[in-house]
Amino acid sequence: MRRLGRWLLGLVILVMSFFRAAPPRERIVPEGRPQRRAEAVVIVLLLAAALCGVGFVVVYAVDSLGNRTQLFGLLLGGAFAFVAAALILVGKRLVVTEELEEEYPPPEHPTEQLELTQIVRESSSRFTRKRLMTGAAATAAGALGLAALTPALSLGPALRTEPLLRTPWRRGRRLVDENGRRYRAADIDPGTFYTAFAEGAPKDEIGSPLVVVRLDQHALKLPPERRSWAPGGIVAYSKICTHAGCAIALYRKPTFAPMQPRPALVCPCHYSTFDPATGGTVLFGPAGRDLPQLPLMVDPAGGLRAAGNFSGPVGPSWWGVRMWRARS
Amino acid sequence: MIHKTVRLIDRSTGTSPLLKKALRYLFPDHWSFLLGEVALYAFIVLVATGIYLTLFFDPSLAETTYHGVYAPLQGTKMSVAYKSAVDLSFEIKAGLLFRQTHHWAADVFVAAMVLHLMRVFFTGAFRRPRTLIWLIGLLMLFTSLLEGYLGYSIVDDLLSGMGLAIGYGVALSIPFVGANLAELIWQGPYPGTTLFESRMYIVHVLILPVLIAVLLTAHLGLVALRHHTQFRATPRQTQRRLLGVPMFPGQVPRSLGLLFAVAAVLFLLGGLVQINPIWQWGPYELSQGTNGAQPDWYLGWLIGALRLVPSFDVTIGSYTLVPNPFWGGALFPLVVLGVLALWPWAERRITGDESFHNLLDRPRDAPGRTAAGAAFMTWVFLVFLSGSADRAYVFLGLSYAAQIWVYRVAIWVLPVLVFVIARRYCRELQRADAIEHERERAEQEARALAH
Repeated sequence: MRRLGRWLLGLVILVMSFFRAAPPRERIVPEGRPQRRAEAVVIVLLLAAALCGVGFVVVYAVDSLGNRTQLFGLLLGGAFAFVAAALILVGKRLVVTEELEEEYPPPEHPTEQLELTQIVRESSSRFTRKRLMTGAAATAAGALGLAALTPALSLGPALRTEPLLRTPWRRGRRLVDENGRRYRAADIDPGTFYTAFAEGAPKDEIGSPLVVVRLDQHALKLPPERRSWAPGGIVAYSKICTHAGCAIALYRKPTFAPMQPRPALVCPCHYSTFDPATGGTVLFGPAGRDLPQLPLMVDPAGGLRAAGNFSGPVGPSWWGVRMWRARS
Repeated sequence: MIHKTVRLIDRSTGTSPLLKKALRYLFPDHWSFLLGEVALYAFIVLVATGIYLTLFFDPSLAETTYHGVYAPLQGTKMSVAYKSAVDLSFEIKAGLLFRQTHHWAADVFVAAMVLHLMRVFFTGAFRRPRTLIWLIGLLMLFTSLLEGYLGYSIVDDLLSGMGLAIGYGVALSIPFVGANLAELIWQGPYPGTTLFESRMYIVHVLILPVLIAVLLTAHLGLVALRHHTQFRATPRQTQRRLLGVPMFPGQVPRSLGLLFAVAAVLFLLGGLVQINPIWQWGPYELSQGTNGAQPDWYLGWLIGALRLVPSFDVTIGSYTLVPNPFWGGALFPLVVLGVLALWPWAERRITGDESFHNLLDRPRDAPGRTAAGAAFMTWVFLVFLSGSADRAYVFLGLSYAAQIWVYRVAIWVLPVLVFVIARRYCRELQRADAIEHERERAEQEARALAH
């Protein structure tokens, strides 16, 4: 009897332990109904993406198709679009959408704040001259920071602003066009503008390019000291706008003089508008300074030459722009 | 198989508890929360396409002569940088696709960031405990503007040169130090030395992208630490409890789907819609300008601001204190950044509300904020619009000067009007809500009585 009882007990324990060994684990993610149609669509979309991908490789490899940007874009974009559609369908239909709740983390931790403060404060208990120490540390940090920044001065001639005043123009220098051909006064027709450069100087220096126009001599109202700067009504100005440095590429010429505004040089970037008849004064737009004028003269052979340097520094304004003249 | 992978990861990193938490991180569901994600995914496309471009682009200003396949430029003298950009467009297979996709991605990236910023502003998501996230986001936006500007500047076509000339003008205009700063950056007067190109290049392909990536990581990390904000769509959503879809399995396929959708749109645009056809602009020459040039949309507000300022420099005797481009090119964007950055503190001061907020406002819930935001947006948008006055002149024949004068007045008048109207409208909506609420309660009571 006792033996049987032992056996029975053993059996019960065995059965129970069997159940305990494989308890049906509780699900974390809830079960959902299968969506066979959505699944099929996702599979088709993925295959379509694969097809586009293969198509891209084929178009790339087949030289006779050439460099077809449109096809490349369609196929690669198409591949991405199909994958996107498949993924969105998976997200919307196939995976279980659970709405769960959770506590926001606490916005602040007062106990930890106090402890942190305590740790930092107690760690400095051996310091007796804290203000002096702080001052010394700040001095060291400042000096080191300064030393670390100093090499940045090697980037450019920061302390020499004199190069900003330099132009290649001086008395007698010839005006040439972009191919280096010398301008003659007779070349300059009214009604249009010409771009000129200093002969023998690099064309990409900000002080070199000029805009040259011929105006009616009676319409010229230059300041008295510039009377002689416009032989035959030809005036020359720096082509670089004094506002933000763009090239002045527009010439406003009245097609019907009695009705329309007078001739003007216009910058296409911010529409600063300068009057070539009055010495480059600003008519409209944001420029805060006149367009620098270059005095001209005509040599005995009829060639157009500079009679000096500009009336002011060339290019956009800076703090020193009114303190000095342009330099050769 | 799955268990084996999980076990391998846990045994080698010990991150199972962390991963479990990450997988079950909750995302509240609202369409407007996707805007930030769109920006993130556009950034990923930018990095991927950008890396491809660096393999072909040669940032050198050395002069060369073009003998490539594009006939109109045959024999033209140009920089190696510009030539390599033209070559990668015409002679590298799929090169143009990647260049145009990169350019489109930049435009979409900034647009998504701006929309995301507006969403965050008008719902009050910038309030405590998320003000730092807001500031990091702003920094990221402005860094990205500079990054985009440098991107189209390094190509050395005529448009990039004109943009750089303007940048030089703005740098020069900074009071007291402008000239010195510009000479540091350009290594002398504009257009500077050939080193300037290498400097722009390293900043564009390394320094700023890394900075954006670091800011992005901080931005997202802080969002995760604080958890997402949520609207009160159901009574279960409170300041303390958050209701949402877990990262896995609910959010991952949707978010990845969005990544692929963004990539799809960008590559389709890059393949099918031309953007910045640099071969048409030609190489940059200091003495040339093109009429009707427009920058990328996200710089339009600066062009507008530079154009609106009337003609004046601030001078003291012969000392030029503030040259004109400073107002539109430097001060205006700084003011916009400053106002946005300081707004959370301003709002706290005005409303006296110092508390933490996990629940979002609907725009009508905060009429003052909504009105201020709408007015501010109107101000910036009008300045932006004024940048296209020359286009309105060409297409509609409206006098340019007259338009500029209208804008000069409108940018100060319209925001005030918008403020008043927006606030009034919000309050009306609130009142309508209150009436609706009242009616529902009365109906409920009536029903209870009837039973």
